[in-house]
Amino acid sequence: MRLKLVPEGTSFDFFKLSKLWLGISALMMVVALVSFFLQGLNFGIDFRGGTTIRTEASESVDVGAYRDALAVHDLGDVSITEVFDPTFEEDQHVAMIRIQAQDDGEAITGGMVEMLKQSLDAVAPGIKFVSVESVGPKVSGELIQTAVLAVALAIAAVLVYIWLRFEWQFALGAVAALVHDVVLTIGVFSELQIKFDLAIIAALLTIVGYSLNDTVVVFDRVRENLRRYKKKDLAEVLNISINETLSRTVMTSVTTLLALVSLYVLGGDVIRGFVFAMIWGVLVGTYSSVFVASTILLRLGVKRDWSKQANTTGNQFSNIDA
Amino acid sequence: MLQIDLWKRVLIWLVCAAGLMLALPNGFYTRVEQANDAAADIIAKGETSERLETAGQWPAFLPSGLVNLGLDLRGGAHLLAEVQVSDVYEARMDALWPEVRDALRPERSTVGTFRRQPGKADEIRVKITKPEGMARALDVVRELANPITTLTGVGANDIEVSAEAGVLVVRLSEAEKIASDDRTVRQALEIVRRRIDEVGTREPTIQRQGADRILIQVPGIGSASELKAIIGTTAQLTFNPVVGRGSDKDAAPGIGNKIIPSLDESGIYYTIEAAAVVTGEDLVDAQPSFDQNGRPAVTFRFNTSGARRFGDYTAENIGSPFAIVLDDEVVSAPVIQSHIPGGSGIITGNFSIEESTNLAVLLRAGALPAGLEFLEERTIGPELGQDSIDAGKIATIVAFIAVLVFMGLSYGLFGLFANVALILNIALIFGMLSLIGGTLTLPGIAGIVLTVGMAVDANVLIFERIREELKAGRGPARAIDEGYSKALSAILDANITTFITAVILFAMGSGPVRGFAITLGLGILTSVFTAIFVTRLIIVMWFERRRPKTIEV
Repeated sequence: MRLKLVPEGTSFDFFKLSKLWLGISALMMVVALVSFFLQGLNFGIDFRGGTTIRTEASESVDVGAYRDALAVHDLGDVSITEVFDPTFEEDQHVAMIRIQAQDDGEAITGGMVEMLKQSLDAVAPGIKFVSVESVGPKVSGELIQTAVLAVALAIAAVLVYIWLRFEWQFALGAVAALVHDVVLTIGVFSELQIKFDLAIIAALLTIVGYSLNDTVVVFDRVRENLRRYKKKDLAEVLNISINETLSRTVMTSVTTLLALVSLYVLGGDVIRGFVFAMIWGVLVGTYSSVFVASTILLRLGVKRDWSKQANTTGNQFSNIDA
Repeated sequence: MLQIDLWKRVLIWLVCAAGLMLALPNGFYTRVEQANDAAADIIAKGETSERLETAGQWPAFLPSGLVNLGLDLRGGAHLLAEVQVSDVYEARMDALWPEVRDALRPERSTVGTFRRQPGKADEIRVKITKPEGMARALDVVRELANPITTLTGVGANDIEVSAEAGVLVVRLSEAEKIASDDRTVRQALEIVRRRIDEVGTREPTIQRQGADRILIQVPGIGSASELKAIIGTTAQLTFNPVVGRGSDKDAAPGIGNKIIPSLDESGIYYTIEAAAVVTGEDLVDAQPSFDQNGRPAVTFRFNTSGARRFGDYTAENIGSPFAIVLDDEVVSAPVIQSHIPGGSGIITGNFSIEESTNLAVLLRAGALPAGLEFLEERTIGPELGQDSIDAGKIATIVAFIAVLVFMGLSYGLFGLFANVALILNIALIFGMLSLIGGTLTLPGIAGIVLTVGMAVDANVLIFERIREELKAGRGPARAIDEGYSKALSAILDANITTFITAVILFAMGSGPVRGFAITLGLGILTSVFTAIFVTRLIIVMWFERRRPKTIEV
């Protein structure tokens, strides 16, 4: 008896509705971009400078009282949010206070933090600052640059690798899927206004890696089947390949999601945004490797006159013996 | 077909065993940490029975490397400081002015009288009354230049002297600025390191970042402000000639002089010459002590050149006051009673014992050559770190069990084989992290959880392939063999691409992100190893023993 998520020997036609899928993807990307340009991202202090203070008190958080207590310091834009999490104790009440970057280039001063603590202690006795993070505007600008560069570099490196290992059409298909995943992830962060900080960039790059992992496995099978079924047309070969790898695609997505969901529920609120990005990325990445990467590959067409080549080119590593 | 040489088998099991051994200490984190600390103390401070006992908590023949916990897990402070390298230019110019003055003085007949004019901090502007003597003035001042040797500026001098509308201008050359910036940052780095070491905390990270920045991470310290207090105190000690004493802080000090307050007499201001006779840089030692009245004081000693200058100055200026200046405040301004040749002296003031001890530490660690501006600072409380560890542990265990059960349900016996590999995989990640002294951060834990999910991917690829081969009517041995060899290219391509992104993350990221990149990258290496070597070996061993006619995957 085996648990089988995908029945054996499927033969779905993944391209029957390919225009619809491409349309949906294009639409979602447009929505993501519009959202990004209209309301922007809820950048954390890593990217726009400022200070966040995580407070912990035994009494429940009164956001209004906190705000009034801090108002006397004239800090400009201050946002206070209460944080809820199933992993907290009964008498553990956590709030995140975010203060805009102050005028000078430096991060916040120690004296300032002490003053804020005294003010808050008046409304929430025994309040603790469990973390204080402060980033000056000078660094935050550079962090954005580095982050954008990192994502761009990752995509470029992957493009080159796939181009070397496959054909340029494969590389374009894979990169289209990657861009699709990254845009949709940024879109969901913009739409839901989830805090976007450095860790999310790490998540984005992981999504790039994961989505690629999926795409490459499908493409690897496509390459193999193109050699095996020389007479069949490309759409048919692609369909066969996706169906053959479907069980694996679903299995891997499910195990990864199992791990990520447990981290999302139990891992605490500090990394929840990060894990959310990855869960979203796994879902979108799985979808895109089937419906975006392969469809693009189908549209681009593949050169198939490699019959004369030595048939080991595709699996030149296969001779490694354990 | 399904054969693996004996030496390969031995090697594979040895690697696994080594990984397990290296990972083992992390299972007894606190105990091993105490034992390691005690062992380090024995080397540094000598044996005591207590230390020996603590060190004995962990057998010496076992590996004792631990995974470092990042700041977000252990709690501590993180600072990114920018060294204000241009601060140094001003001090250089102030130090150069007396030399320029002394060089021009004999030339008064050609250049006329001259005066230093106020200008930018990094230049000296000298107005001379006879413009026709400018050429001579330039020559004389240029003689003061020293050649510098750098890779780019061969033959360049440290200063540039030019004439601008009857004013002689001395500036540092670009090559010298670059060399000076580098020196300044290196000095600052060294001094920050020494100051933090004086306090004696565990495993601080002090790194240079880019051209003029210093990254400082100290685990276990209470707050970033505390850390700043330790490193940010400049403790700039100088000895300057006193020009006058008064109570008006806004009086005109005169060119080359400045007015600074007294440390313990409020309302009293001293006018001193800005160029110091001797600075803290020449200090070789400073110790807390007591003066002849039994009050706390600090004794100090100069190096040879400092002692000579101090000796010469005191010999020439008997009867006039000089100021001991600490961070732009006059600690005391005694009158020179006699020539002080030995190069040692004592600073007295209204110190408490603690203050004199701190002052001695600061003086000994040396002055920061330039100010630090803090661009980024983070404090993570130990409670938050502990919460994160606890949550991360539970999440990892749950994720682990979920994946184990799911694999067992999906692939039966082969799923169990994959599970053994998965457990080994986690052990190998921890083993390698301990071996390379890697740092585990909160995103790093996420990286491990992600690896748990993705590590089975390689096995899934293989098992699915074996299923296909079985369906195509191949015998068990042949199916397993083909499954492995055909899945290999997909496994390698898929993992290499993910590894590329991990490498880019590592190169571009900082702090927690880098921690994530490390666990992700290691996870990829170990999962490929376990999938194509370990599970294969387990399956082959099982197959040899059972010789099944049919298999179900």
